[in-house]
Amino acid sequence: MLDLRQYNSLGEALRAALDRWPDEICLIEADRERENARLTYRQFKRQALPLASALQSAGLKDGTRAAIIMTNQSKWLLSAYAIFFCGGVLVPLDYKLTAAEQLQLLSHSHAEFLVVEHHLWRAITQAEQFKNLAVRTVLVTEAPPNADLAGAHRWEDFHAAAEPTFIPRKRTDSACIVYSSGTGGRPKGCVLTHDNYLEQCVALTSLYPFWPGVRYLSILPTNHAIDFMVGFIGPFTCGATVVHLRTLRPEFIREAFTKYKITYMALVPMVLKNLERGLRQRFADLPPRKRKILNALIATNRALTRRQPHLKISRALLPQVHQAFGGQLRALFVGGAFTEPETLQFFYDLGIPVGNGYGCTEAGTTITVNDLMPFRSDTVGKPLPGMEVKIANPGAEGIGEVTVRSRTLMSHYLDDPEMTADAIVDGWLLTGDLGRLDPSGHLQLFGRKKNMIVTEEGKNIYPEDVETYFAGLPIKEFCVFAANYLWPARTMVGEQLILVLHPESGQEITEALVKGVAQRNRRLLNYKRISGYLPWDRDFPLTASLKIKRAELAEQIRQNRHRSAVVPL
Amino acid sequence: MNTLDKTTDEVLRLAAEHFKVQRAELSPDDDFFKKLGINSLQALDLLTRIEQHFQIELPDYELQGVSDFRTLAQRIQSRL
Repeated sequence: MLDLRQYNSLGEALRAALDRWPDEICLIEADRERENARLTYRQFKRQALPLASALQSAGLKDGTRAAIIMTNQSKWLLSAYAIFFCGGVLVPLDYKLTAAEQLQLLSHSHAEFLVVEHHLWRAITQAEQFKNLAVRTVLVTEAPPNADLAGAHRWEDFHAAAEPTFIPRKRTDSACIVYSSGTGGRPKGCVLTHDNYLEQCVALTSLYPFWPGVRYLSILPTNHAIDFMVGFIGPFTCGATVVHLRTLRPEFIREAFTKYKITYMALVPMVLKNLERGLRQRFADLPPRKRKILNALIATNRALTRRQPHLKISRALLPQVHQAFGGQLRALFVGGAFTEPETLQFFYDLGIPVGNGYGCTEAGTTITVNDLMPFRSDTVGKPLPGMEVKIANPGAEGIGEVTVRSRTLMSHYLDDPEMTADAIVDGWLLTGDLGRLDPSGHLQLFGRKKNMIVTEEGKNIYPEDVETYFAGLPIKEFCVFAANYLWPARTMVGEQLILVLHPESGQEITEALVKGVAQRNRRLLNYKRISGYLPWDRDFPLTASLKIKRAELAEQIRQNRHRSAVVPL
Repeated sequence: MNTLDKTTDEVLRLAAEHFKVQRAELSPDDDFFKKLGINSLQALDLLTRIEQHFQIELPDYELQGVSDFRTLAQRIQSRL
């Protein structure tokens, strides 16, 4: 790989990579059984530089913010590189947000440029808030001929012949603004520097190396911090290949493994569990004798790989399982949410190590990851090199808030010094997660201290962001909470949000009111929905500016209501 | 029955078959995530079945923000 200590910015490192491995394949874009793109590093450069030149002509210069809203595909990486080349600050937005939410974050980030897929742009232009869009240059990809682009440019035609000028950036300059939450309330735009990313990349690739010939299958959206690192920066700075798959359908994921001989893939627990379900079903369908033999081979593999993975042994013992994954798979990375140990152990016993990790955007993606020496399914691994993890105020069992100090910590939350000061205290990031370090230095997680949930799709959901959807309910007041925040539970799976309803004096919680709640709930994306409501009969404690004192209200509820009082929706 | 109703009816039948529930238990306005107890990946599985039946191609994003059968049928209808 490149010696990243020599480079000051992502643009500079990527630029060096394109020259270092000109004939290696850097990018394959697969869409079902079709292949939309296959580019060498040389071809990638040839496509990206005319785009960079046109962006520069349009006024993109050092520090200019440019957003991308796209599914994971080749134009995402080409556009990102062109933005970095010009010295721009990348704002990767989640394409799964609603158009109104995307417009809100575009406004908050002060993005001046936007690269967006046509179907997403169409939705944005139809949103009520579109009239307020302040982005001055919009590039739309894959627009059909004759489509009305509402003043935007066609990405495919947006290029200039002049040689673009590479704009150097300092390590301490902002590289990306990544939103970890805040679509409904107070946006949390994590400002990450070039130093944050370059340091993180060195640390991650020291444990899970990439090299020319390695193929990483990208199915997580590239705006996701994990995919941005292990599906772009990591492989590119090592001369490896990224294979984008534009569908999450299990049959095409299975096909991609064998077709492209995948080495690594990052996924969220939901996808991992889906793979597990499929494999377990296939094993269960085997004739009893074959199943017995398979179980014996799995047990043997488990015994032989107890101390560390032995890919050769595992592939020899369980060839059919490994062939189904293409025969070259070295590891899966799982993160974004908590994964059950049984699932991790299931794959490890088959000879497929899962690099189970833990992190957050504020910490620059990954905080801990399993180093497989030996594999542990009951922890989220050890701190990455350069990452200090400390448990603040541990209780009798050693459990307390996980705090982190590292060069990879974000610089600040965009335009919010108050929230930054609450999150980073004396250089330590307060994660809001509860954990314990065991004697071997592995981190175990036990729940959350903060009022939020994480879904098995890896989505962080904050009650404040959901609450706005219930505006207009004919009720005195309401408030959304994470159920496990109200009633602490030692788990990080199956987390749910609930709505606390406080009616006017004498007002009943009628069927019509509940229907109104259900209707509003359905406007939310399925993973953001509340799962029940809690009737409450006292005034909410408020601040002088009439905001709900959430911690105080939570304490009152905790003291006076049991979890069983929640009425499921 | 108009064309959209027919498409909705077909979608309900395919969903009932795929997830092994009685057709009569499903209604066009049902939230399929809740009613069938499925996640978004399992819903994508249904799209494959729908594509084969209607002989169309539905990108994954067509399911984005959709959680009831009627809206799903509308998305299909626009591609028929």
